[in-house]
Amino acid sequence: MTVSPDALVEIAEESPQADLTEPSGAGPEIGNRRLRKEDQRLITGRTKWTDNIVLPGMLHLAMVRSPFAHAKITSIDTSGAQGLPNVVAVFTAADFPDGMGACANAWPITPEQVTPDHLPMIGERVACAGEIVAVVVARSAKEARDAAEQVDVDYEELPAVFDAMEAMKDEILAHPDKGTNKSAFWKLDSKEAGTGGDVDEAIAKARQDGVVIEREFRQQRLIPAFMEPRSTVVDPTGEQVTMWSATQIPHILRFLIAATTGMPESKVRVIAPDVGGGFGGKLQTTPEEFITLAVARRLGKPCKYTETRSESLISGHHGRDQYQKLTLAAEKDGTVTGLKVDLVANLGAYVAIVGGGVPVLGAWMFNSIYKFPAYQFNCQTVLTNTTWVDAYRGAGRPEATFGIERIMDELAAELGRDPLEVREQNWIKHEEFPFTSVAGMTYDSGNYEAATARAKELFGYDALRAEQAERRERKDPVQLGIGVSTFTEMCGLAPSRVLGSLAYGAGGWEHASIRMLPTGKVEVITGTSPHGQGHETAWSQIVADRLGVPFEDVEVLHGDTAVAYKGLDTYGSRSLVVGAEAVVRAADKVIEKAKGFAAHMLEASEDDLEFVGGRYGVKGTDKGVGLTDIALATFASHDYPEHLEPGIDADATFDPDNFSFPHGTHLCAMEVDTETGQSRMRSYVCVDDIGHIINPLIVEGQIHGGLVQGIAQALWEEAIFDENGTLVTGSFVDYTLPTAADTISFVTENTISPSTTNTLGAKGVGEAGTIASTPAVVNAIVDALRPMGIDDIVMPCTPQRVWKAIQTAGDHSGDVAAQAQPHFDEGAANADPGVTGEGNGQ
Amino acid sequence: MTRITVTVDGDTYTDDVEPRTLLVQYLRENLGKVGTVIGCDTSNCGACTVHLDGRSVKSCNVLAVQADGHEVTTIEGLATDGQLHPMQKAFHENHALQCGYCTPGMIMQAIDILKDHPDPSEQQIREGLEGNLCRCTGYHNIVKAVAAAAKAPGAELASSKVGE
Repeated sequence: MTVSPDALVEIAEESPQADLTEPSGAGPEIGNRRLRKEDQRLITGRTKWTDNIVLPGMLHLAMVRSPFAHAKITSIDTSGAQGLPNVVAVFTAADFPDGMGACANAWPITPEQVTPDHLPMIGERVACAGEIVAVVVARSAKEARDAAEQVDVDYEELPAVFDAMEAMKDEILAHPDKGTNKSAFWKLDSKEAGTGGDVDEAIAKARQDGVVIEREFRQQRLIPAFMEPRSTVVDPTGEQVTMWSATQIPHILRFLIAATTGMPESKVRVIAPDVGGGFGGKLQTTPEEFITLAVARRLGKPCKYTETRSESLISGHHGRDQYQKLTLAAEKDGTVTGLKVDLVANLGAYVAIVGGGVPVLGAWMFNSIYKFPAYQFNCQTVLTNTTWVDAYRGAGRPEATFGIERIMDELAAELGRDPLEVREQNWIKHEEFPFTSVAGMTYDSGNYEAATARAKELFGYDALRAEQAERRERKDPVQLGIGVSTFTEMCGLAPSRVLGSLAYGAGGWEHASIRMLPTGKVEVITGTSPHGQGHETAWSQIVADRLGVPFEDVEVLHGDTAVAYKGLDTYGSRSLVVGAEAVVRAADKVIEKAKGFAAHMLEASEDDLEFVGGRYGVKGTDKGVGLTDIALATFASHDYPEHLEPGIDADATFDPDNFSFPHGTHLCAMEVDTETGQSRMRSYVCVDDIGHIINPLIVEGQIHGGLVQGIAQALWEEAIFDENGTLVTGSFVDYTLPTAADTISFVTENTISPSTTNTLGAKGVGEAGTIASTPAVVNAIVDALRPMGIDDIVMPCTPQRVWKAIQTAGDHSGDVAAQAQPHFDEGAANADPGVTGEGNGQ
Repeated sequence: MTRITVTVDGDTYTDDVEPRTLLVQYLRENLGKVGTVIGCDTSNCGACTVHLDGRSVKSCNVLAVQADGHEVTTIEGLATDGQLHPMQKAFHENHALQCGYCTPGMIMQAIDILKDHPDPSEQQIREGLEGNLCRCTGYHNIVKAVAAAAKAPGAELASSKVGE
């Protein structure tokens, strides 16, 4: 998109030019474009990243990692490293006969799930490249890394399997002792569940007198690639061991350290200081954390481990990696009658903390916003000798959204109709909410018509369709494609009872505390653990409104288990919907507790009091007392009613009744050069309905970032292993994140259908952009090329792949799908280009 | 070991360093200038960008010994007397950062763009930032921030003090 400098300035001038010290306005804080409290330290370089921590006598760790994907360790000779200057120790698994904890799978999706033990350090057999076989401890990181090079490990290579479809054959086993690569099979059938009809009947009927669309799609493997490499510091010198870690989940990490090492939970404190991004990639309990803990405890000295980027890309968990087969049945008029989904999901070498459950989330998402009368979801998870796979931004929902939004376009194409029109024919109308889907999920609110109408208007949909027709007419070498994605997702993980019914290992509640300080300041302690999301700002806005105190007087504390003693952390777009709701409820308790004191101080009956603007007043009089005055009075506690305790601080734990369901309409225009295969994004418009918005500035930022991650899946990113299981995309040279020069400025807007499951009416925004954008982009590219006989391009849609598809289509139209697609059926040749290591051509 | 004398954020330091020491390692490990961060090991991400004699460099791409006798400005030296540099202010006002890890390098590089293009087009900004990776913002607001800063006096200067 070309934007003139003038236009750019106009965009820039939209944002308020507020000063850092700008005081609160008189109006409500919720809905304000508040500039972030977090920024000051981040823009001046005064941030507390884990790797910045230096402790007296601190030692540094370097890991010795397996270069082989599957191998027996026959010997480890550490003598070359032991003697080097300033090397303190070298440890192998044999040095820890009682183990060092374990990377737990917290969500076994079936009781029979095959779950290989995942130990932090491997002594006998490595199951993927990058596994740790020894650790070197030295006085500096440099010396540790140099010495790690001198550890001599002999391996006996074993046959290895990398691709999920290959693994399904069970010819080569990722874990021979398990006897199979198949980890678990999970099914949802609408007839069996009583939520809909028989999908096989629907498909059979459509084959007779309707339309059946069958497609296989590939969700390539991605890497979360947060910008801050993971780092862990452990200080074992106090009564309580303290771990700082670049993690999204300090509370869960503390729990799992206690659960798997036997350390009393009360003797472990975990701190997530400033954390530089996560996107799901930091919601793991990692081998590196357990090893740093074990080494620090063994040596009795503070220890630090910080990964290099190359280590991060091979050893941090990956995301996506699914084969999808979708069968959609419809009547000839376009009314959908059934959807059957078969998934094969690659878990990598181990079942990660929620790795088995991520693809299963698709069960409630493939049917999306459409009124399918019959539905079936089958998911097979498989183990391979690759890096373990777990949540990456969206986690299960982007995969599902891609599948359904791609096949809805294929249905429209088959019928020769506009893709938005076919969608509207089938989606839940705004007057039909609440609506229980064929997957059994009750969507509480939404208005797909409103979001779509606004998106079309902002996009100039009709004009672009006219231009597309004109370019097709004159056989322009640069064709225009218009991509549509009308998505929904489930956010606000999660109702604990639902999680319990799915055998998830924890609840989904969130906790908050509010401390009313005697000087009138307010401390909000949240169990969420932000790493870029701006909770300090947004929670301050919410509390300022609720308690009637200035925004600046609210301090939000988080990410330290000694301060925020209870919490379930940040992932799954849950923080606002669940975590901030806990904050609201704690605030309401503060107000309620203050009432008795107010009545006492005002010598009035509680019944005569009302709380307005941070103050209890006696109705019909000008008598009143402020909340902060009450806080001071309870601090002194010289005079208070005997039946009250002297304090108005409060805690709240909120467990949602239901998920929230953000939705939106995303429209993408791509120009595709049919001579070179190069595609260029011309414009991108999205209208997201995320319910009530606390801070529009933060919301826009979340959408922008999410969009680019989703667009990157469509166009550029793919984790590729070669035939030896080596990660070819093992550095930022090869795993090519998009740059500013690859992307454009976006048009984002919102419609508002408030969520009914929390008092804020919020739905969650962290993952929306990523979930929606990938199919919008691919649909646009396919739309541009469809007249050439092309009906799919496997992601990432690199110029090379697009060009090849065009060439093949020109030669013998119709075979493109066969060339570009993986083959779903067992035993068929696997032509997935991803595994053959094609460069991404960015 | 090699003896070097480097001026960093206005202070002069003399140290003995291993010749292989990267400037970013020297800044972080010897001087405690941990505002400058490391995001990769292949010089792709730009998180460690600083100014060397007023121009941006990736400090993982410069040896500490190459900085001998030169002047380095890091993110920590940009704001002076409590006054944010116009580029820092623009990043804040335009929500051009989320996790903030790439931000020091982004800001240092963004200032450098304005030296070459005092009134940059969107394309010039985008190309100027190509060597700096951000995973959070999708670049949209970073581009806005640089455009906004271009309108502020002194934005192209290495530190706000210079502009006074």
